Amino acid sequence: MNNEDDLNPSAKAELADQGFSESDLGNHGYSATAEVTQIRARRSFRENIWRGLRSAPPTALFGLTVISLYVFFALFAPLLAPYGEAEIFDMSYAPWSDEFMFGTDQLGRDILSRMIYGARNTVGIAFVTTMFAFVIGGGLGITAAINNGGWLDNLLSRSVDVLMAIPSLIFALILLSMFGANTINLIMIIAVLDSTRVFRIARAVSLNVVVMDYVEAARLRGEKLAWILTREILPNIMPPLVAEFGLRFCFVFLTIAALSFLGVGIQPPTADWGSMVRETAGLIQFAEYDLTAAMTPMLPAAAIALLTVAVNFVVDWFLHKSSGLKD
Amino acid sequence: MLHPVVRTILQRLGLGLITLFVVSLILFSSIEFLPGDFGEAVLGQAALPETVAAFRKELGLDLPLHERYFDWLGGMLTGDMGNSFSGRGSSGGTDRSRPVIELLAPRLANTLFLASMAAIISVPLALFLGITAALYRNSIYDRSVNALTLTTISFPEFFVAYLLILILSSFLKLFPSLANISPDAPFWDRAYLTFLPALTLTLVIVAHMMRMTRAAIINLMASPYIEMAELKGASKSEIILRHALPNAWAPIVTVIAFNLAYLVVGVVVVEVVFVYPGVGQLMVDAVTTRDVPVVQGCAMIFAATYILLNLFADIISIITNPRLLHPR
Amino acid sequence: MSDDRKGTKGDILLEMRDIVIDGYSDDRWHEIVKGVDITLRRGEIMGLIGESGAGKSTLGLAAMGFARPGCRITSGSIVFDGIDLVKATEAERRALRGSRIAYVAQSAAASFNPAHQLIEQTVEATVRKGIKPEDEAKADARKLYRELQLPNPDLIGERFPHQVSGGQLQRVMTAMAMSPRPDLIIFDEPTTALDVTTQVEVLAAMRRIVEQYNTAAIYITHDLAVVAQMADVIKVLRYGETIEDADTRTMLSHPEKEYTKSLWSVRSIEKPEEVSEDVILKVDHVDASYTGSAKVLDDVTIEVPRGHTVAIVGESGSGKSTTARAITGLLPPSKGQILFNGTALPPTLKERSIDQLQKIQMIYQMADTAMNPRQTVRDIIGRPLEFYLGLRGAERDRRLLELVEMIELNESFIDRLPAELSGGQKQRICIARALAASPDLIICDEVTSALDQIVQKGILELLLRLQRELGLTYIFITHDIATVKAISDQIVVMFQGRVVEQGMKSEILSPPYPDYTKLLLSSVPEMDPDWLTGLLAQREKEASASP
Repeated sequence: MNNEDDLNPSAKAELADQGFSESDLGNHGYSATAEVTQIRARRSFRENIWRGLRSAPPTALFGLTVISLYVFFALFAPLLAPYGEAEIFDMSYAPWSDEFMFGTDQLGRDILSRMIYGARNTVGIAFVTTMFAFVIGGGLGITAAINNGGWLDNLLSRSVDVLMAIPSLIFALILLSMFGANTINLIMIIAVLDSTRVFRIARAVSLNVVVMDYVEAARLRGEKLAWILTREILPNIMPPLVAEFGLRFCFVFLTIAALSFLGVGIQPPTADWGSMVRETAGLIQFAEYDLTAAMTPMLPAAAIALLTVAVNFVVDWFLHKSSGLKD
Repeated sequence: MLHPVVRTILQRLGLGLITLFVVSLILFSSIEFLPGDFGEAVLGQAALPETVAAFRKELGLDLPLHERYFDWLGGMLTGDMGNSFSGRGSSGGTDRSRPVIELLAPRLANTLFLASMAAIISVPLALFLGITAALYRNSIYDRSVNALTLTTISFPEFFVAYLLILILSSFLKLFPSLANISPDAPFWDRAYLTFLPALTLTLVIVAHMMRMTRAAIINLMASPYIEMAELKGASKSEIILRHALPNAWAPIVTVIAFNLAYLVVGVVVVEVVFVYPGVGQLMVDAVTTRDVPVVQGCAMIFAATYILLNLFADIISIITNPRLLHPR
Repeated sequence: MSDDRKGTKGDILLEMRDIVIDGYSDDRWHEIVKGVDITLRRGEIMGLIGESGAGKSTLGLAAMGFARPGCRITSGSIVFDGIDLVKATEAERRALRGSRIAYVAQSAAASFNPAHQLIEQTVEATVRKGIKPEDEAKADARKLYRELQLPNPDLIGERFPHQVSGGQLQRVMTAMAMSPRPDLIIFDEPTTALDVTTQVEVLAAMRRIVEQYNTAAIYITHDLAVVAQMADVIKVLRYGETIEDADTRTMLSHPEKEYTKSLWSVRSIEKPEEVSEDVILKVDHVDASYTGSAKVLDDVTIEVPRGHTVAIVGESGSGKSTTARAITGLLPPSKGQILFNGTALPPTLKERSIDQLQKIQMIYQMADTAMNPRQTVRDIIGRPLEFYLGLRGAERDRRLLELVEMIELNESFIDRLPAELSGGQKQRICIARALAASPDLIICDEVTSALDQIVQKGILELLLRLQRELGLTYIFITHDIATVKAISDQIVVMFQGRVVEQGMKSEILSPPYPDYTKLLLSSVPEMDPDWLTGLLAQREKEASASP
């Protein structure tokens, strides 16, 4: 029964309260300064990061490495890619060779170059979309929590309930058919749909903070709403929101990839992994003749999978670390 | 005075109806957002102005909004979902479009076949894995199942699908990569053709469902009354059967419903990969061509399934909640 | 009276030697219990007393050979009636639990399975272990319910846990423990969550039943007065070590260790009451309710004299905290008004001026949640200095240091985060935050009830000194009569949203009493092993006297 990560609260309290010895009381009785407490060592930001990394499990280190690589490729895509994003050569479906490391696609574009540009486009668009979703959902969620039980909270919460009653991929498909499939619409639609999930979590974590006595103390002091929001609430809900950002990013990233794969997401000629899978999928039939060619559609698909795995590993570690959250 | 269980169930049913109503409003309004010249786009550049006018009249665009909505809603409820846009403009004005319901019905049967196949494999498997992982928490078994499922849920459905095609179809030639089933084929043929898409869905769902089941069971096992049962000398099996299980229905059913609803989404991508003639593929094609009536029909079916599944889970949680069953 | 396997009183039933128990936190194992011995004889009741962190619950569970997840018994021996529980197999230990050793938990509401009827849970272990057949066990359970004076003893077992009150559940749990007629029952803070008037009934019921069946018990609590009513012998624990062992009477009359004496230190504070006519705050015929619910305050009138302390006493649901919310403007009254220095305060927080807000400050029960965990002491105390007094930079820091010294802490605390302070220090910082506003009136909402006795005493003494030096007025909300005696000039007794009685401390705490005040005051356990016996005898006498 000796599990490491699920010490019950009372045992924890018993541990935490131990620390000052009999001698502190002495005969002259009680002294407030003598109550011994645990003081955390003051460390610089860099030291904290270094310590964090050293204690990280291998999965998290793997995740961090992968994410850094993707960011590197996204930032320096034009320098790293051998050819242009939409540069067309006179040989479609060229095999893997020295000239075209992963061959060319149906129009004769270099797969490797499009993979590298895809890091910039696919990841970038998903990141921007997630940011939008957080600004919308996070802002409304905290507002609803402060207005807890009021008409605004009710209106927002009920609307979100209805929006969430439709599966988001289906909803996205409806909206894309209404507004037309292009990248801007895609970003806005997914951001709004995903902001409902962000709203739920932001509202829930803020509610836990809003009921705290220190928020009431600030209200009793006469503080303005802005001060309460930025100084009392926001710093205390950051850790769960950061973790949620990772999870939402994965979700958005997969949704956009799925839509692009279905042909209604990011539109050509923008290099994008989801569309690339779709465009080269036919090659998989030729596995017995040319294994490398059959692998071609797997490359962008694996790129998507690898990043999502990496982010999930890091979030998993972060959740364990930041809140002692059980599973 | 109604019994609280009945009252709560009626409330949930009402809420479900309201949600369906809002969904129908959104779907209905999607035709409003089409650009002004969509008539020409659907019927082709060569369409005569009269044809376009007749087309708009058929859609009821000359009627007031609310009247049109109730007509449309009445149609939806009676199975008349209007006619598809495609085929309207072909070869000189002859209207070859088909009623949406005709397109939809055979495909719905196919989709349900695929989804049930995936569900029949995945639900028991996921519950078994989730419960055992929770009970043997932090064991090697738990850790490896956990890492494996964390990896699997990170994979896009099409990645899993192509991986399976590459291995089981291209190399081992065990299963066909295209699941182009026909409705009159015998059951076992259809099951054989559907195996790869069903397996793909199963892998994705099992990972989600197993993790949620595990979390729900661990949460349950941390309750003080479980410790009390231990202190009363109950054995592990007694604790699980007598003390945990009666309280586990609600969380487990919620997990199942959530994931069956997820199946609805997963099915779209998987159908496209395997060129499976289901509702998902139909919907994606309709979105690409902006064939609004077909999108409306498909979306209504997906949304209604999703809402009903969640409603079902809610009702199970209500009727297994002792606080509601035995009011004060 | 007792069956054969009880043996005679006086034989050793449980012998725990040099018990060491580790708990896991912050990525390593710490010792929670550091080598404690327990010897318990048949029919004997041992009180295990200690403050939070003493390891008493962990030790109590170890007597059943049980360690919670995240804990492990690392060394020592636990011999129960000749069986070594440390060496025994899990199956052997399981055979003892629920048949020969039973457990009564602190939170009855959480410890009953919501899905089963009470009687099913009461007889579960008895039937499963084959001690009695089901119908016999159920008949016996109903008999136990009757003996524990539960209402409707024949039918209450058919109910589900959520249908029964906390005090009743606690008694049903005692019946559940007693059902297999165990040799030993572990009571783990069974009355801590109950109001005092309920506590008396539950205590009396538990004591009667363990005496009747000659059951040995370990009674775990932090309240010495409670354990004095139950136990034959008392063991004082601190930080996992034994401080003192003695029989109950000796422990109360001649405690040897300084620490043991400190356990009732609050009771040693004496404050002479002072009369004053100068009213600073008047709650004037106030009604209040939360939206959509019944009145929580009903025609409440309270006068608070300047420079003195008014204690508002009452049990949960009496409306004492709601009164504070009405005064601060968090809950606008539906009728009546609040007069401060003779002028009516606007009912809502929003309408009040900064000046009005500044003059009334509040200190909370849980210092943990009253301070933003991400702000340092400098930010916490500094903010009101900036906000109300406009102090900045060096001026602010000078005042900050003054305040910190005023609450008997020093400069080294200024840059700490709340997590780096002990419970008492946290509450002191909250006091300093209130003082920083230079208020006239401070509302103290149960400020000491979450603290250990010795720390409570320190805080109360600090508050008294500050009142003398700064002429502060306090409204002191509490359910603890010892605290009331220590700090108040006047007392207001509240019950179900109404003021039952208001007057000087000496008047309220001496007869004649109105019924509720009497019930409340008489229910507070005293440091006298005969208190409960006396009280029950007196109540019985009065009950038979009145028609």
